Amino acid sequence: MRVEDLVERPGAWLSMGPETGVAISSRIRLARNIRGAAFPGWAGQEESVQIADSIFDALGKVSELDGALVLKIDQLDPVDRQILRERHLISNELVDKGEGSGLVVTRDESVAVMVNEEDHLRLQVISPGINLDRLWARIDAIDSSLEEHLTYSFAPDIGYLTACPTNVGTGLRASVMVHLPGLSLMHEVEPVVKGLSKIGLAVRGLLGEGTEAAGNMFQISNQVTLGQSEVEIIGRLSEVVSEVIVHEHNARQRLMEGRESQVRDLVGRAHGILRQAHLMTSREMLDLLSALRLGIELELVRNADVKLVNELMLLTQPGHLQRILKQTISPEERDVVRARMVRERLAKLTIEKDLTRDAT
Amino acid sequence: MLICENCQINPATVDFTHVENGEVQKLRLCAECAAEKNIHVHGPLSLTDILFGLGDENVEPSTTPDHACPSCHMRRSDFRKTTQLGCPVCYETFAAELAPMFKAMHGDVRHVGKVPRLEQVNVELRLLQRQLDDAVEKQDFEEAARLRDAVREANLTKRADAN
Ligand SMILES: [Zn+2]
Ligand SMILES: [Zn+2]
Repeated sequence: MRVEDLVERPGAWLSMGPETGVAISSRIRLARNIRGAAFPGWAGQEESVQIADSIFDALGKVSELDGALVLKIDQLDPVDRQILRERHLISNELVDKGEGSGLVVTRDESVAVMVNEEDHLRLQVISPGINLDRLWARIDAIDSSLEEHLTYSFAPDIGYLTACPTNVGTGLRASVMVHLPGLSLMHEVEPVVKGLSKIGLAVRGLLGEGTEAAGNMFQISNQVTLGQSEVEIIGRLSEVVSEVIVHEHNARQRLMEGRESQVRDLVGRAHGILRQAHLMTSREMLDLLSALRLGIELELVRNADVKLVNELMLLTQPGHLQRILKQTISPEERDVVRARMVRERLAKLTIEKDLTRDAT
Repeated sequence: MLICENCQINPATVDFTHVENGEVQKLRLCAECAAEKNIHVHGPLSLTDILFGLGDENVEPSTTPDHACPSCHMRRSDFRKTTQLGCPVCYETFAAELAPMFKAMHGDVRHVGKVPRLEQVNVELRLLQRQLDDAVEKQDFEEAARLRDAVREANLTKRADAN
């Protein structure tokens, strides 16, 4: 299997799960380092390659990773690297690394291990919806299996040692991607974001920062990694995200009660533009798809599902577009090609008849 | 009153530590000159600000020498540039500077999460040692004796594991 074979698949962070809705996907990553070795950013080239070899070797012995794709970053062309980044399997930092760095990813993309990124190992598990308990059980097991083949850098008082002191302790970052169009339309995102940062959680927009999120997508994650156990960190995040989900549903309900015409108008216009536009930036598309997703979830739109929306979000990114069309596309051409793909894939979509009439 | 060592006019209000080619240079500057040298006196604290005491008046950054890690040779000034440590030993090398930062960032400074199987005996030893210190301080000699035995036993287990 090659990177190319991933392209038309849904990807773990954008596939449908039973709990998918406001919560798009969840992810847990663990930062781990090898005892006695310099961290990747400080290690020499020779040492990096040597460490990477021993890590790839150990990863090969973990049964949970049977049949996984092993990718050395220096052997991938730029478009492949970009595709992996667009699928949230590797970070920007790994994209720019050379020999001695890489990725091991399972075929369903639910487990992805970055080798020699900021830390020697970044273990990640990803699932649709909100599912942190199950993700923790999975990554904990993989981590314990790896421990049989590698010796981790650990100190009794401060836990797992990481290149950046902000990750020391559990080395764990748990995050949930949520879609908050209701709160956004009610102008209630900002207080929620502020409240979350007050209790030590980080909120980031899908692109940009804070409330500047494209497509009303926000990633909520823990910041504290020391002084709390993994189960505590995850429990707290799950609890808070569940509250955010309730707030979002409340906001949608209030919108449909008080401003139904406005919501129908928003969804209808989004549909119209998505089906008819010939030039579309990725920012515009994400915002329109957010409205369409809202329409689908409020059952204002028939014959379209969230799966299609997810697919468009993934496939219209530059790396994916170029691989699908098997050609290099300049940034100016992208907006044309993106608009065309959106038009074609939405052609079968119809908006419920009601939508064209006044809601009375 | 101290006068700014740069402009020689305004009163000096900021201690500026500058490292160039491994040489530590200490300057007392006024607010304007500090701003010119890119020190954000009132700006938000960054990781390195906390670490190197720029944001904390109780810490005198200029009194600490620019020592290097014995294992990876990273110096404080290197860390300052990258905000990443060089190797696991750096955590011991820079322990004094890191402790207040951990506290500022994470609130609590002790790890309570997962422990690798190989490290479990070390964590247990650390806990017993802490309890033993407590017992000695409280002059509870009976408890101290019991804990001392427990420490000895844990050490034996550790050695057996290592073999
Ligand atoms: Zn001056
Ligand atoms: Zn070091």
